[in-house]
Amino acid sequence: MADRADFAMVSVAGVKRVVNIGLLEDEELKAGDWILIHVGFALSKIDEEEAAHAIRMLEGMGQAYTDELIALAQSDLGVQP
Amino acid sequence: MRFVDEFRDAEKARVLSARIAELCEPGRQYKFMEVCGGHTHTIYKHGLEDYLPETVSLVHGPGCPVCVIPMGRLDDAIAIAEEPEVIMTSFGDMMRVPGGRGSFFDSNAAGADIRMVYSPLDSLKIARQNPDKRVVFMAIGFETTAPSTAMTVLRAAAEGLSNFSIFCNHVTIIPAIKAILDSPDLRLDGFIGPGHVSTVIGCRPYEFIAREHGKPLVCAGFEPLDILQSVYMLMRQLREGRSEVENQYARVVPWNGNPKALRVIGETMELRPWFEWRGLGFISQSALQVREKYAAFDAERIFSVPGVRVADPKACQCGEVLKGVLKPWECKVFGTACTPETPIGTCMVSSEGACAAYYNFGRFTRERVKEATRA
Repeated sequence: MADRADFAMVSVAGVKRVVNIGLLEDEELKAGDWILIHVGFALSKIDEEEAAHAIRMLEGMGQAYTDELIALAQSDLGVQP
Repeated sequence: MRFVDEFRDAEKARVLSARIAELCEPGRQYKFMEVCGGHTHTIYKHGLEDYLPETVSLVHGPGCPVCVIPMGRLDDAIAIAEEPEVIMTSFGDMMRVPGGRGSFFDSNAAGADIRMVYSPLDSLKIARQNPDKRVVFMAIGFETTAPSTAMTVLRAAAEGLSNFSIFCNHVTIIPAIKAILDSPDLRLDGFIGPGHVSTVIGCRPYEFIAREHGKPLVCAGFEPLDILQSVYMLMRQLREGRSEVENQYARVVPWNGNPKALRVIGETMELRPWFEWRGLGFISQSALQVREKYAAFDAERIFSVPGVRVADPKACQCGEVLKGVLKPWECKVFGTACTPETPIGTCMVSSEGACAAYYNFGRFTRERVKEATRA
């Protein structure tokens, strides 16, 4: 906020409110960043790359599992039923 | 919502569930403690135990800030609230906690001025608006919350406010984990490490758990997939014979924590020689007090605090629940004499308390619904 450097306007699930960002002064915050808020203070800046990495890993696990199921369905292990 | 919905996907949960089952060694039982009350809440809200094999159990730890406050400290806070011209301010989940002489709500009804606040900054505002009153903030919580209290004290000092103080009950997580590790009652295979505490202290302080105690620890987020993935990561470490600190919640937890938050805690607070924890007893250097430099904002120096010690009610087994020795439903008064409306112990009060989580989400059944086999 222009008049209070240690406060920022954030949108929390669609509700606008002010939070104290003094604990993140070592971070370079800009409009559009996501932050973790606890009792009116921003505690951590959310790392979008790390979030995307975690999702990719989970999706990768899902894909490997799906592939395995498809492979299992397609294989008769050389034995005719 | 971003960073929430992606981590609640049921299909991915089933995949993780199957992967966890694959890692189970035949005949072996696995026991992991989730240290943090927020994790306990997620586990019961989403029924995550149903996604785990029968041989993997989750044990609830001492990381619920409200639950570990002993009754005596609450009685001390009420004694301060009853002093003339005092406005006591507190987070909402502390209001119903029963002390030896009733709760904040009871005391409020009897005439004390006790108000709920969302943030310590709200207490500061009340102090500014009421210059003829003495406003005290009931400061509770682990390292997650201590920086906010510290920032508020620094702001009060900068503004020269003379009618604001804190009753400091901040506790630190590492000594509590040490107490659990030293407890002979419990054999654990690893820890689901605190998420939000770790945003402040980082992951390094847990390294002794992996190194000296040989238990893996994974710092975990608070969505269902975060917890399941953390269990998977723990199981993988065990399977591969590793014992390390890993960070599943890297999107929020920096490995080195939040240096500024640690600085402001260090500036305003120091370790107490000892502090009493509900259920765990006296633990040395496990809590914070206000530094001499900020004595003007320390309710313990401003008011005469009785220093009450009150034994927990005999029927209450919160201590065993907090140490992970008892499951909530094994307590004799669970759901009968002790309910969220009329709690006997703290674990039934806070939304992070294991008993409240069990009670509110209806986890009465001991039988797992076999989600894993549906995958």
